[in-house]
Amino acid sequence: MKLFLSQKFNTWKGWLYLLPALLFLGVFMLYPLVDVFIYSFEEGYNSASQTYFGIGMYNYSYVLHDPYFLQAVKNTFLLVLITVPLSTGIALLISVGLHSIRPLRELLQTIYFLPYVTNTLAVGLVFMILFKKTAYSDGFVNLILNWFGAGPVDFIDGPYWAKMFVLCFYTIWVVMPFKILILTSALASVNQDYYRAAKVDGTSNFRIFWKITLPMISPMIFYLIITGFIGAFKAYSDVVALFGTDLNAAEMNTIVGYVYDMLYGDSGGYPSYAAAAAILLFSIVLTVTCLNLLASQRKIH
Amino acid sequence: MSEYKNMKKTARIKEVAIKSVTCLLLLFWAFLVLFPFYWMILTSVKSYGAYNSEYIPKFYTLAPTLQNYVDAFTTVSLGKYLSNTLVFTVITTMLMLAVVILAAFAFARLEFKGKQLMFVIFLSMMMIPNELVVITNFVTITNLNLRNSFAGLILPSVMSVFYIYLLKENFEQIPDSLYYAAKVDNTSDFKYLLRVVLPMSKPTLITIILLKVIECWNSYVWPRLITDKESYFLVSNGIQEIRENGFGRENIPAMMAAVVVISAPLLLLFIMFHKKVMAGVSRGGIKG
Repeated sequence: MKLFLSQKFNTWKGWLYLLPALLFLGVFMLYPLVDVFIYSFEEGYNSASQTYFGIGMYNYSYVLHDPYFLQAVKNTFLLVLITVPLSTGIALLISVGLHSIRPLRELLQTIYFLPYVTNTLAVGLVFMILFKKTAYSDGFVNLILNWFGAGPVDFIDGPYWAKMFVLCFYTIWVVMPFKILILTSALASVNQDYYRAAKVDGTSNFRIFWKITLPMISPMIFYLIITGFIGAFKAYSDVVALFGTDLNAAEMNTIVGYVYDMLYGDSGGYPSYAAAAAILLFSIVLTVTCLNLLASQRKIH
Repeated sequence: MSEYKNMKKTARIKEVAIKSVTCLLLLFWAFLVLFPFYWMILTSVKSYGAYNSEYIPKFYTLAPTLQNYVDAFTTVSLGKYLSNTLVFTVITTMLMLAVVILAAFAFARLEFKGKQLMFVIFLSMMMIPNELVVITNFVTITNLNLRNSFAGLILPSVMSVFYIYLLKENFEQIPDSLYYAAKVDNTSDFKYLLRVVLPMSKPTLITIILLKVIECWNSYVWPRLITDKESYFLVSNGIQEIRENGFGRENIPAMMAAVVVISAPLLLLFIMFHKKVMAGVSRGGIKG
């Protein structure tokens, strides 16, 4: 009887320890997750009176026909397709280089990690100033371009390709620390015996890299590609840092930016459209992630 | 013999060439990383007049001034943004710690019905993207009249499921014999958690605190949605406000001074704890 009682008490106590976490998760994650789907199907929702007049797909169709959304989709896809392969490739190059030298390795590793701990908004402002062309000055980057004989370009308020370039450049700068860190620790964990065996056989360095190193760290590379896709699809605050909060006017909005603009701000007050756009974004991300996983199962060592 | 020597020589030359190209590449990337920091500090000590008269930007200054820092604290409410962020960061991190420690202890040490199922549910929560839940949270907080309040800022930012997982793994490493010894001494579970488990998990706890502090200090999206009164702005929103309506658009040196002040605390924290931060992130960091 006593044992039974104490068991019952234990169950009760376990749940008591879990209670705060359950409350936070329930109110701020589980309920919102269900609710966002409901919002996305409620047509003509009015946030002031909290009424709506129908259930259906209208919100999705509105969002899919909104030129601002289509622009945001185009920007986001360009950003993803450019930055994910480039940043992963450069990170691989740097990590392999870092792995091959001994002196300075730790110092360089620490330096490379700095962008991770900086405030995206604040440092984005520095990038804006480096790239911006004003009436008073062409700015730093244009000075460099000038040395090579290229004309001044306004990267912040200028042509679309120039703005896209700055955005990709800054995004790569921001995501690099995480990728370099993961890849250097993956490289460090490759068993040295493989290298010794290959050296004895007189295998060339390039072949060693291609046949041993790359297959050994391929799971981590795929991990980085998958998280890279997810992160790049959710790009937002670095865009704000460079181009300000009125992203639609700058033609540089992203899908996440579109969601927040629909929710709040000058064009805001439409949680239903925001919900539909957010769900569209996550069906895209989910599809891409699944495709990535399928590809990785075929190719990973 | 001389042929062998020649081969050895070319191999050496090739090796040195590869080494130097590698080093050059590595130093170039280090330069790309450090240059924005250099430029921000440099610009922040140039005087307003000097900066604006440089049609071709200069890479150094001979007359550094701290006037921009004075302006940053007097003309705009940078001090207020900083103290808001400090309050937000400290309270959020402490609440997160309490919630996460209790949950991790329950999963690692206590026996209760439905534990396994609950843990799976918790783990699956890690996959819920913030962008999906933010919409309803925005409506909830607005309806509760918590816009422009610390409660509205903090409450939805507290939970981090990943840290429960990380801590649970850590708690499970503590030998069972300690727990039984404590039971024999009639120590309560809560006391055991405070006196034994927490001191033994200090390294992981410090990692979690560091990662959460970084996340809080840099958070932008939620504070932007939930605050429109300047007196509740955090640094990220503050810097955006300074950019759009601050010193008058063109006072870039003062803007850079504000950027330096905002970036400095985390950079100092990182320099002090860089090993811990990097180890923590490689164990499963997420860019906050």
